[in-house]
Amino acid sequence: MSANDFNTPITPELVKEHGLNEEEYKLVLEIMGREPNINELGIFSVMWSEHCSYKSSKKWLKTLPTKADWVIQGPGENAGVIDIGDGQAAVFKMESHNHPSFIEPYQGAATGVGGIMRDVFTMGARPIANLNALRFGEADHPKTRHLLSGVVEGIGGYGNCMGVPTIGGETNFHASYNGNILVNAMTVGLADADNIFYSAAAGIGNPVVYVGSKTGRDGIHGATMASAEFDDDSEEKRPTVQVGDPFTEKLLLEACLELMATDMIVAIQDMGAAGLTSSSFEMASKGGVGVELWLDKVPMREEGMTPYELMLSESQERMLMVLRPGCEDAAKAIFDKWELDFAVIGILTDTKRMVLKWHGDVAGDLPIDPLAEASPEYDRPWEPTPKQDRIDPESISAKVSHVEALKTLIASPDLASRRWIWEQYDHLVMGNTIVRPGGDAGVVRVQGTNKGIAATTDCTPRYVMADPVEGGKQAVAEAYRNLVATGAKPLAITDNMNFGNPERPRIMGQFVGACQGIGEACIALEFPVVSGNVSLYNETNGVGIMPTPAIGGVGVISDLGHHATIGIKRDDSALIMIGAATGELGQSLYLKTIEGREEGAPPPVDLNAEKRAGTLVRELIELGLVRTCHDIADGGLLVTVAEMCLAGNIGADLHLPEAGSEIAWLFGEDQGRYVIATRDPDKVLNAASSSNVAAVIIGQAGGDAVSIDGGEKVSLSELRNLNEGWMPNFMAEAVQ
Amino acid sequence: MKSAVILFPGINRENDAIAALEQATGTKPVVVWHGETELPKTDIIMVPGGFSYGDYLRCGAMAAKSPIMRAVAERAKAGVTILGVCNGFQILTEAGLLPGALMRNASLKFICKNTHLKIENADTRFTNQYKAGDFVDYPVAHHDGNFFADSETLDRLEGEGRVILRYCDANGVVDPATNLNGSQRNIAGIINEAGNVLGMMPHPENAIDPLHGGTDGRNLFKSLVEAAS
Repeated sequence: MSANDFNTPITPELVKEHGLNEEEYKLVLEIMGREPNINELGIFSVMWSEHCSYKSSKKWLKTLPTKADWVIQGPGENAGVIDIGDGQAAVFKMESHNHPSFIEPYQGAATGVGGIMRDVFTMGARPIANLNALRFGEADHPKTRHLLSGVVEGIGGYGNCMGVPTIGGETNFHASYNGNILVNAMTVGLADADNIFYSAAAGIGNPVVYVGSKTGRDGIHGATMASAEFDDDSEEKRPTVQVGDPFTEKLLLEACLELMATDMIVAIQDMGAAGLTSSSFEMASKGGVGVELWLDKVPMREEGMTPYELMLSESQERMLMVLRPGCEDAAKAIFDKWELDFAVIGILTDTKRMVLKWHGDVAGDLPIDPLAEASPEYDRPWEPTPKQDRIDPESISAKVSHVEALKTLIASPDLASRRWIWEQYDHLVMGNTIVRPGGDAGVVRVQGTNKGIAATTDCTPRYVMADPVEGGKQAVAEAYRNLVATGAKPLAITDNMNFGNPERPRIMGQFVGACQGIGEACIALEFPVVSGNVSLYNETNGVGIMPTPAIGGVGVISDLGHHATIGIKRDDSALIMIGAATGELGQSLYLKTIEGREEGAPPPVDLNAEKRAGTLVRELIELGLVRTCHDIADGGLLVTVAEMCLAGNIGADLHLPEAGSEIAWLFGEDQGRYVIATRDPDKVLNAASSSNVAAVIIGQAGGDAVSIDGGEKVSLSELRNLNEGWMPNFMAEAVQ
Repeated sequence: MKSAVILFPGINRENDAIAALEQATGTKPVVVWHGETELPKTDIIMVPGGFSYGDYLRCGAMAAKSPIMRAVAERAKAGVTILGVCNGFQILTEAGLLPGALMRNASLKFICKNTHLKIENADTRFTNQYKAGDFVDYPVAHHDGNFFADSETLDRLEGEGRVILRYCDANGVVDPATNLNGSQRNIAGIINEAGNVLGMMPHPENAIDPLHGGTDGRNLFKSLVEAAS
């Protein structure tokens, strides 16, 4: 396409290539009142892509609870904002970069991290913590090592250079991700509560300013790619993956924060998916104004770029701002200091239209609101997921000893230590990391205070697959629990909804069910959704991923003098289980790993019990009665205790119950539970009893082994080798 | 006691450095932008860690050519205490203020973890609060910390007591198994001939608070203050 070729004929093939179906194109014609030109068609294409328009998911996302007294900004902005007291706010969001990371793992993951950090600092916040939720194919799939290695390097390459500590996350392996990995990146930022920046453009005649990197041809149609299923030719889409430059983003961060300390900015929006198109339309639509863009003024990386390419490029490290009139020179001086491009590329108008100018000619002229707001919204047909039967614990008899089962589980891909991953991330930069990766949630100190922000990401896709409603609840409940386990008060979540093709009723049913479960849990736990992202069409050749609504949770520790970590600290402590054991083996890792069965109903979540247990545990930590706490999750009680022993390098002896299934007791994944270590068990048991929370002494810390009723045991050093050994050994095999 | 922290584009541990210097000296350091040509008069200059110029070309290579580095070199010559940590160490070697070079880690991976270090020489202005043979625990966070120099230079560094820190294990054992990044002779930090410039890969500034999990780094900064007062 040549620079001035606005007259490319719009054929049905071209419309189809742009991902618009017949009805959608009819709506385009209606809105335009004429046939669009190629630039306009490209704009409709990205604005109405699933990725940008949420057309399949909107109806259900609207049902999620988004309000609480401490919510300053819910979904709809670049990131969510919550009040954390003392005039400060936490700004956070999680976002997927799944398709690009499968095609080009290093750059795909790196630009995912860069994009989410931009979303956060656009709001006026300095990023202070990164997390990531990763799902790869099964360990022995030929691509898994290559993808894992590239993704981890990419995340580290970007986050480390930006100087933002990566303090937590999660990694799963499952065959359903063989052809479609998930890379979800989360950033938490810190801002002054009275200095948050928004994207609504205002002030007719105000200059529209472009800052950051130059625009190149990378990432054109990225949003459209992210809105389609994969097939065998997907690797040919590599040119649609953007290339990251973390150094430039570091400069952009510092320059933006410097500018934000003045009063020159009216509105600001990062250029993420669908680049200049999405940012300019969103700013104009939210502000109810029109924009005239002078595309020839956009800083360009290459010669011969067309308006079409400039509007659709997803080049990274760029921002669009509306400044107060007359501030251009002072603002430019800041960007000059940081050696970044700064260009006035347009002006706000009262036409409510987007007029694209190219050397004086009109290259496109579109109404803003109909495009941004009247995008299609579908009520897609959906089928509920059939319920599975509960697994009767008595039906499972031990094939191996309990300790053998522990050894197998703790060295399995699901439970093996992720140290190999997080040691490649700088988790200490900024000097405020208080709880490092490897625990329940990461904790960073708020600079200059004794307050901490805890953050975690959680989802158990196999539960969501088996029962989307319970699985959705569980993802939120586990995030809640992981925050509580550090002593934090859970405040809000961001949700990253990764699902297959929503045009299949079964998949849509998973989405609807998960939204229902998430919503119920958010209400019961007073843990609203403040931001999120939806990634659909995670399928390859018609095979969908397990439904994966990754939940990023954020909480606050008011006094870091009283927080908890998972490692047992003293060998004279009693181990107490908080929460009731019900013996849920359905979808458990024991059933999968030892019995080879991925089946049964997942553990149900009793949200009221969850709230009571969480409140109790947090209070015990706040009072200084408990410094050691770990939630019981994947693998069950025995794995939880083993992890606490390994982290503290102190052994433990566990008691078996007098009656009932030993397997269910040791390996059931019943929800709403924690293990704490304390030297004052009576106080804890009394507190639990008056809070109506089940609590029972399950063992005693001490020694250098994990044992059961003083009998069968495994030494900590053997356990450590098994747990720490799996991933380095697995990845070493990647060396050709 | 006055100190300065040099800020290059892409540096990201300047606040960690500022916190450590402020804790030790009682005064907030002056931050000097790389484009400046003059330094304020200070007792201590710290070149902090990060990714100056994105570590593009070679770690520290571009920062070493920044205008401020001429002033830093003059101060080095004048005997002012200069501490380069991580990227700061790389910048000081690229600027020729310290011998050797920092290559990519032998594992080819970024490494962020705590490591034990053996204090080889406690008779310096950087280590006077330790005893020779002490083991300390600081974190490292780098992709290019693999110290290299030719054997003649290494022998000279050893002979002149200029190897200050070596990677070791919890019992002080220095051997290939405890050499986390492939550095020649496990070297983690060296000083210049005059003894006023230290370059080191580990981060003492991230071990100054019980909430960091350890405070072994405090004595390094305390040493600087002790020597300068």
